[in-house]
Amino acid sequence: MSNKETTSRTLMVALAVSLVSSIFVAGAAVSLKPIQVENRQLDKQRSILAIAGLGEAKLSGAEVKKLFGERIAAKVVDLSSGEYVDQFDPTTFDPLKAARDPKLSAELAGNEDIALIKRRERYTTVYTVEQDGKLESLILPIRGYGLWSTLHGFIAVKADLNTVVGLGFYQHAETPGLGGEVDNPKWKGLWPGKQLFDDAGKPVIRIVKGGVDPASASAVHQVDALAGATLTSNGVDRLLQFWLGEQGFGPYLAKLRAEGV
Amino acid sequence: MAKQTIKEVLLNPIFNNNPIGLQILGICSALAVTSNLKTALVMSIALTLVTAFSNLFISMIRKQIPSSIRMIVQMVIIASLVIVVDQILRAYAFGLAKQLSVFVGLIITNCIVMGRAEAFAMQNPPLLSFMDGIGNGLGYSVMLIVLGVIRELFGAGKLLGFEVLALAKDGGWYVPNGLLLLPPSAFFLIGLIIWGLRTWKKNQVEAPAFTLAPQVANQEVH
Repeated sequence: MSNKETTSRTLMVALAVSLVSSIFVAGAAVSLKPIQVENRQLDKQRSILAIAGLGEAKLSGAEVKKLFGERIAAKVVDLSSGEYVDQFDPTTFDPLKAARDPKLSAELAGNEDIALIKRRERYTTVYTVEQDGKLESLILPIRGYGLWSTLHGFIAVKADLNTVVGLGFYQHAETPGLGGEVDNPKWKGLWPGKQLFDDAGKPVIRIVKGGVDPASASAVHQVDALAGATLTSNGVDRLLQFWLGEQGFGPYLAKLRAEGV
Repeated sequence: MAKQTIKEVLLNPIFNNNPIGLQILGICSALAVTSNLKTALVMSIALTLVTAFSNLFISMIRKQIPSSIRMIVQMVIIASLVIVVDQILRAYAFGLAKQLSVFVGLIITNCIVMGRAEAFAMQNPPLLSFMDGIGNGLGYSVMLIVLGVIRELFGAGKLLGFEVLALAKDGGWYVPNGLLLLPPSAFFLIGLIIWGLRTWKKNQVEAPAFTLAPQVANQEVH
């Protein structure tokens, strides 16, 4: 007690506290890491299944894994040529990591970067659902900036590569109750059946304010915006324009159409 | 100060000395995580555990901590505990951890934790400090739960995700108040709660720091 203010004592206490704390933290982080990685993967698989209309959100972890393994195939695509590539393992390839790697991604010019993602990876993972060797639906990863955060999600389309099966975001930090309503099942329920492209293959899907007039000819290309969340709605609108356009999956989809799947 | 009993340190912070209501600490997270009851509950549990254990550990080594670095030592212990809590949430409650996102990490900067460590744990024995942490955590929790219930019920018509009031947009009768889902509403509610608390317990009313001089005909009296 008497000499606890000396410099050597101070250093000793600082060192001891740091050491004990770091062992404690590192121990927790390392021992829990496998469960966390699995959780993240499961969460992504669960959302892919839900978006492809294959599974309920309530499935248990084991069911998700089983269904995903049975129905969904992952493939890595070269975004600029639209070709499948086999230099990466699709089960472990991480497009988001690739987007940060200068060798595997390219910076986007300001006017091209409508989804505000700054860098786009050269390769990404797409998911297919096949039945007897024929494509049933295609699930594409999409992401872009909303109001506060980057929204990460998927859009699933039917084999005609035009009709939406589902859309959803598995990670975002928009305002709960407003922009956060992108997770609302009712809003996501507006998407299935919408058409993404016009006859010329241009992405024409739009998010419109004030409701979609079902009588209008373009109703099939329009989705009602989220109430009170203009910026999130605009973000979703723009990220779809980006990922369905030439900078995104345009070449890949054009190639699939030419092959007549 | 007279020696406090375990019962006192455990129960006093709930109404008599509420960390949010009287000490006005921890407002930030109270605004952020109370838009629904579930996140408010998880945040309450996380903060109570962190406060209790940081108080316990700091109190255990209080006689060893040199006063020149005591804040840093407290911070290191608090930060370690918060990281561990965050890691555990990510492993076992992934969905909730996603919703709480940055706010679990921000427990580190929550004034209640630091405040109790500095004001109580540095002077009191471990068991008493631990109970003081639990008590203050409970005080914070009570406030968060009240806010969470009001905001989720009237802002979204639900409680813990289950529909309680049938919403007008789904054919029910209740038109939710969207303002309640935004952080400022918690600010108004906390203000009303403090008003209520001080009307009920008059001794919490602070003496005015100064009085305004009356103003008469464009000229001050004094």
